[in-house]
Amino acid sequence: MLRFEDLSRFQLDILKEVGNIGAGHAATALSQLLAEKIKMTVPSVSLIPLSQVSEVLGGSEKLVVGIYTRFFGDAPGKIIFLFDYSEALMMADRMLNRASGTTRSFSDLESSALKEVGNIMTGAYLYAMTSLTGFDYLSSVPAFASDMAGAILNTALLDLGTMGDYALLITTEFRLTQRKINGHFFLVPDPGALELTLSALGAGMPWTK
Amino acid sequence: MDEVNVIRVGMAELKTGRAPGRIVTLGLGSCIGVCAYDTQTRIGGMAHIMLPSSSMAATSTSETPNPAKFADTAVPLLIREMEKMGVRRERLIVKIVGGAQMFCGNGYEDHICIGNKNIIAVETICQQLGLFISGRSVGGNSGKSVFLDLETGEVQVKTLTEYIKI
Repeated sequence: MLRFEDLSRFQLDILKEVGNIGAGHAATALSQLLAEKIKMTVPSVSLIPLSQVSEVLGGSEKLVVGIYTRFFGDAPGKIIFLFDYSEALMMADRMLNRASGTTRSFSDLESSALKEVGNIMTGAYLYAMTSLTGFDYLSSVPAFASDMAGAILNTALLDLGTMGDYALLITTEFRLTQRKINGHFFLVPDPGALELTLSALGAGMPWTK
Repeated sequence: MDEVNVIRVGMAELKTGRAPGRIVTLGLGSCIGVCAYDTQTRIGGMAHIMLPSSSMAATSTSETPNPAKFADTAVPLLIREMEKMGVRRERLIVKIVGGAQMFCGNGYEDHICIGNKNIIAVETICQQLGLFISGRSVGGNSGKSVFLDLETGEVQVKTLTEYIKI
């Protein structure tokens, strides 16, 4: 089993590029969905000790909304979107065609609207990955959570604990320019899927140092 | 948190300390925070457990898995560490927090609803070790932060909407 700690710089760059292309497609999908301009950052690939995962967003107790999608197929993993709570409310306004500031909390309709955003973006991301790797992916129905950032991230990454002490996060930030909504997009490959993905991209170097 | 003597426990970590000060873990979701405290020596400890059983660790990895990650290995380790500091097991007050189901959605029962399994695993191992759980704030759907006061042994649980003592 390839351990995250053993990845070479080159392999990390490959993953960054996967993130770039995938998130680019996802951002385009979001842009079309909302008919708004979107900016995104160059992705970062980070290897984080599990003990520090909850700090990724700059505060374990920050109130955020998370949309979690698991994907299966040849090289499984998960995709997590995180929004600031207030910005998630704006996103719901936009999705539901309401005046800005109308949505105050998340009931079924609002969380569904955000799950749909997650669904569409995940689909676009996975489609890009399919074109890159030739793998088949199948995504689950998105799950919604609104709570402390630490609790959401920890829970979403729990199963990585069976494999090691690190999480590999391919992170992209995107921003809706008109409404000032910022989102975080995390692609988290399952440890076993990483070797396959890298091999498919021609970066299947010797694993052992 | 700039307070002095705050011992932070991250996911899959285990820490102990003596009064004064606090042991803190922030943002527990499906994980479980196990707090143990001895009023006589005023020594406390906390483990931030991710998963129920060490048998879940992949066997192909060469290193031994971090025992603080799993309920069945973390609780015994916490007790051992505290006994080394001079605590008697019979005096320990144990409280557990967490094990929530964070995500709602269909089809997540197995994968992400590990909270419940964690609760059961922690309760089982405590029973095996003869530890009595005197307080709990487990299950539900909210993320929680836990503060163990090493002066008094008081455990405070904070969610986004409330502050409770257990």
